[in-house]
Amino acid sequence: MRQGVIEMAWTKKILRINLTEGTCQAEPLNMEWAGQYLGQRGLATKYLVEEVDPKCNPLGPENKLIMTTGPLTGTPASTAGRYSVVTKSPLTGALACSNSGGFIGNEIKNAGWDMIIFEGRSPIPVYLYLENEHAELVPAEDLWGKSVWETDELLHARYQDPLLRVACVGKSAEEGCLFACIVNDMHRAAGRSGVGTVMASKNLKAVAVRGTLGVGNLKDPRRFMQVVAEAKKVLADNPVTGQGLPTYGTQVLMNVINESGALPTRNMREVQFEGAEQVSGEAMHEPRKSDGRPNLTTNTACFGCTIACGRISTIDQNHFSVVNKPEYWINSGGVEYEAAWALGPDTGTADLDALTYCNFVCNEQGMDPITLGSTIAAAMELYQEGAITKEDTGGLELKFGDAEVLCKLVDLTGRGEGFGRDIGLGSQRLCEKYGRPELSMTVKKQEFPAYDPRGIQGMGLAYATSNRGACHLRGYTVASEIMGIPEKTDPLVTEGKAALVKAFQDATAAVDSAGICVFSTFAWTMEDIAPQVDAACEGDWSVEKMLETGERIWNMERKFNLEAGLTGADDTLPKRLLKEAAKTGPAKGMVVKLDEMLPEYYELRGWTADGVPTEETLSRLGL
Amino acid sequence: MLKALQIEPAKCTGCLQCELACSWENEQVFNPSKSRIKVFTFHDEGRFVPYTCTQCTEAWCMQTCPVDAIVINETTGAKEVIEEVCVGCKVCTIACPFGTINYNSSSGKVIKCDLCGGEPECAKACPTDAITYVDADHTGLARMRAHAAGGD
Repeated sequence: MRQGVIEMAWTKKILRINLTEGTCQAEPLNMEWAGQYLGQRGLATKYLVEEVDPKCNPLGPENKLIMTTGPLTGTPASTAGRYSVVTKSPLTGALACSNSGGFIGNEIKNAGWDMIIFEGRSPIPVYLYLENEHAELVPAEDLWGKSVWETDELLHARYQDPLLRVACVGKSAEEGCLFACIVNDMHRAAGRSGVGTVMASKNLKAVAVRGTLGVGNLKDPRRFMQVVAEAKKVLADNPVTGQGLPTYGTQVLMNVINESGALPTRNMREVQFEGAEQVSGEAMHEPRKSDGRPNLTTNTACFGCTIACGRISTIDQNHFSVVNKPEYWINSGGVEYEAAWALGPDTGTADLDALTYCNFVCNEQGMDPITLGSTIAAAMELYQEGAITKEDTGGLELKFGDAEVLCKLVDLTGRGEGFGRDIGLGSQRLCEKYGRPELSMTVKKQEFPAYDPRGIQGMGLAYATSNRGACHLRGYTVASEIMGIPEKTDPLVTEGKAALVKAFQDATAAVDSAGICVFSTFAWTMEDIAPQVDAACEGDWSVEKMLETGERIWNMERKFNLEAGLTGADDTLPKRLLKEAAKTGPAKGMVVKLDEMLPEYYELRGWTADGVPTEETLSRLGL
Repeated sequence: MLKALQIEPAKCTGCLQCELACSWENEQVFNPSKSRIKVFTFHDEGRFVPYTCTQCTEAWCMQTCPVDAIVINETTGAKEVIEEVCVGCKVCTIACPFGTINYNSSSGKVIKCDLCGGEPECAKACPTDAITYVDADHTGLARMRAHAAGGD
């Protein structure tokens, strides 16, 4: 440790790119903010709320887009290779903060940067080439219109550098799809809320990074290595992170959630899917009848992750989706649970090869598979209800369970063609356009992930109050309600759920802000995480301080959303979940009893009955 | 007993913990670009392959060094670079058929795996036992056992 220097496992440098002016400038990281918001999600959001008008047009030059690492990113702390993209969302109008693994986060950190802030809008398509301190905006007319996979290949060929890491947008973002992702390392994505759409609106096609400076600057390296080793052992010894996730990936959940009666099916009309087993994690291991190979080739890890839940899959070469398309006869990112659910059970499709194909296209063209699948499910219900017809769809019959139609819609949306342009609106705008807004399964215009809250009541509250619209990664009470982590609660009762949701939300905000993957928390508690942060970062990063930091971040995000025009009235769920009871399974006869949880939640948060943080709460948290 | 690194690519997940451990041990910084062991990803095939120096008996790098900067560690059998002697001529990097000795522009010397003096950090850091440190005369033992178990 150097004398008189604050050791924060930070590079303490921000790269500010003004796309309008074409300038790239270094500036020091605000270390006072780092002490209050830790890093990644929290710290980048602090920058955004200070620099961006909450009422701005998300796709205008006045919005900013921040790529951010955490203090533990680039260290051997397990799962700490994460990075996030923070901006204002064009899908929700709220804050967007999308987290991705892969390798680009470490590469940015190794190049010497904690954060890259993009502002303005480039007059022509450009990409950022970043090699340590050398940052350069390069014209990208030749890349515009290319897919993620083509862009990745072209940039690697141009620089003749196999170790170059690329994050970029595909065609969908350029065509204005409102749920476009930023894909890095071919098949990892900052997936939700349309962060890729914002990137494309700035005429920024890609970020290509090579970092060789290293990450160090730890407060107490010896203690850090010791606590990191102990924490890795906790992951290895835990049945979920040591066995379940490496073997089945997040797809370990498909059968479990179906049995719990919480697998949203056919646009959330039902809560159990008869074909769940055929698209489950177990099914991915079964040899295919046609070629004798299983869907799953191997599991894979993001940077520094000792869990390795990622899926590497192939599609059967004889499957209708890839006949005469050898570009898809490769190994690439296979379906994870949320994608498998949205493309599968929610559209009523039980064809694993078709889902894998759609997943490949989502990676290739940069689309959020959750919103995509849910929007297709809504379109299928609109079609069944007669609200849209073959004339609207260009002749396609949108029937639930039709794998060929599913694949066609995914293709069209990826390229921004035909009815795919309507799908690219997301389900809320789609259902409004065709006069049936109640058929959109969204909160704050963002689609639900794969847990029906009628069968997991806490998730109902978590969805309703999430700061980025419906989302499983802001307060994953599924862990407690279904898996018994850290302790089992009854998924069908509402008592105690307000406190549970708040605790998960605050803890998750702190975990994200350290640069750690939230999946680590299947095994780690804050007692495992805080010592790793504390050994790396100056200051006393106790469990209490981590949780207080999480609560501060949550309230800061809330404040931004309220200033953007959202209100407590937006903390609700679609009528279907509040009025139409689950038809089968353990939750049969139940709706989400949100009104039993929400007032208590507001009170626990120190918010008014309208969901506004009180002056007292804000001042307690230093906001 | 002389020991050697044994690498089993089928077990590798591509997490790079080995590269982090190697660069920390040798450079006191987490920096994959300064690692003596590298993991190669073959994306389209879905394969990850760690690769490093195999400590050749008649090591090309050692034979070719004009200043005798590469010597045998009698305990571990590793071919080690003596930094004070190395002049950074890079002839060894040309001689090595496997590419496992490389120039380090930060120090102006070459770097290669030295088995960490008999306790290789990469093997300790590997979460899946894709890299192990085993009896040098029996690196095939696990595979022999697997085949033996499958045979009649």
